[in-house]
Amino acid sequence: MANDPIHQFQISKLIPIELGGYDLSFTNSSLFMVATVAAATGFLVWATSGRGLVPSRAQSVAEMSYEFVANTLRDATGTAGMKFFPLVFSLFMFVLFANLFGMFPYFFTVTSHIIVTFALAMLVIGLVIVYGFAKHGLKFLGLFVPHGVPGLLVPLVVAIEVISFLSRPISLSVRLFANMLAGHITLKVFAGFVTSLTAAGALGIGGAILPLAMTVALTGLEFLVAFLQAYVFAVLTCMYLNDALHPGH
Amino acid sequence: MQDSTGPGQNGKAPLKAGAAGGDKPASEKELADRLRALDERLDRKQEAQASAEADKPRNTGYGAALRLSADFVAAVLVGAGIGYGLDLLFGIAPWGMIVFLILGFCAGVLNVMRSAGKIADPHAKKAPSGRPEMYDDEDN
Repeated sequence: MANDPIHQFQISKLIPIELGGYDLSFTNSSLFMVATVAAATGFLVWATSGRGLVPSRAQSVAEMSYEFVANTLRDATGTAGMKFFPLVFSLFMFVLFANLFGMFPYFFTVTSHIIVTFALAMLVIGLVIVYGFAKHGLKFLGLFVPHGVPGLLVPLVVAIEVISFLSRPISLSVRLFANMLAGHITLKVFAGFVTSLTAAGALGIGGAILPLAMTVALTGLEFLVAFLQAYVFAVLTCMYLNDALHPGH
Repeated sequence: MQDSTGPGQNGKAPLKAGAAGGDKPASEKELADRLRALDERLDRKQEAQASAEADKPRNTGYGAALRLSADFVAAVLVGAGIGYGLDLLFGIAPWGMIVFLILGFCAGVLNVMRSAGKIADPHAKKAPSGRPEMYDDEDN
């Protein structure tokens, strides 16, 4: 069991709750989501509590993350999109902290479950659709009709564009989930090689250096991926919000 | 323009005087001016840094593969899902599945081409501060 690379993703019920036939148990996944929110909120509140003109180290980390997300959002959507800043910043911090939490040994990686990332993506795309229709009415549908298409091809192009639009939440969630899942499995498999090789005698212990080096390198890569995927999620959220704010034409 | 050069000169003069021996302390207004000038310089520096970082290509093969495959597979799945739903609703199996699976493939190719920046995205171009190659640094 120790070498099973999938075992780390198992959900276990901590506090079984059943409401109206639905299983609403508090699981290890829920626990880590709560921990993620608590850690992100706690860190930001604590780091900015000093309010120094010259920021302390923690405060400058908080300010950097604020400016990073704010610049990303402003680049993609212009100042009109800044009203979505709280959402994008919360999403970024949640995904970032969840990814980084997953880097602790024996911790559960919330974002390695597609239902979690899919729920986040549906939140974004639902907001894009609701806000797009609320702000632009039926003109929002102009998003699906590119300029300069011959009349005969319009139904075909619209169908393709609609499918392309609907595939966004899926590719958004699959991207994050697949990166985290694949990374953690790879890490576990290479680390597993170390233990199974050391059991094979002196030659095995010598050979185990190779997968051990690989594990160290992969750990570094995973930290990069953890940050990068949070960034990608935020950037794509900004770009989809841009469609809701300025639907093309 | 005059505004930005003015405080900069004002800001430097008292600093030198202070270092030389400090005959009179800088007034509140001068301090505020210096702070504003510093703010502006920092802002400019940050912008330059950000654009320099954005220009650097940071793509790795692994990231690009995951991104493109996710884009492609997602569209095919959505097409298949719509086709299956229409088949169930109207009892026209297998035509809904056939037509929408093919449309899904088309949308998948479109997604991948857009993602790879091979064709212009009509929507992304409308971004107000439009960096033309938005897709290059979207993902790694």
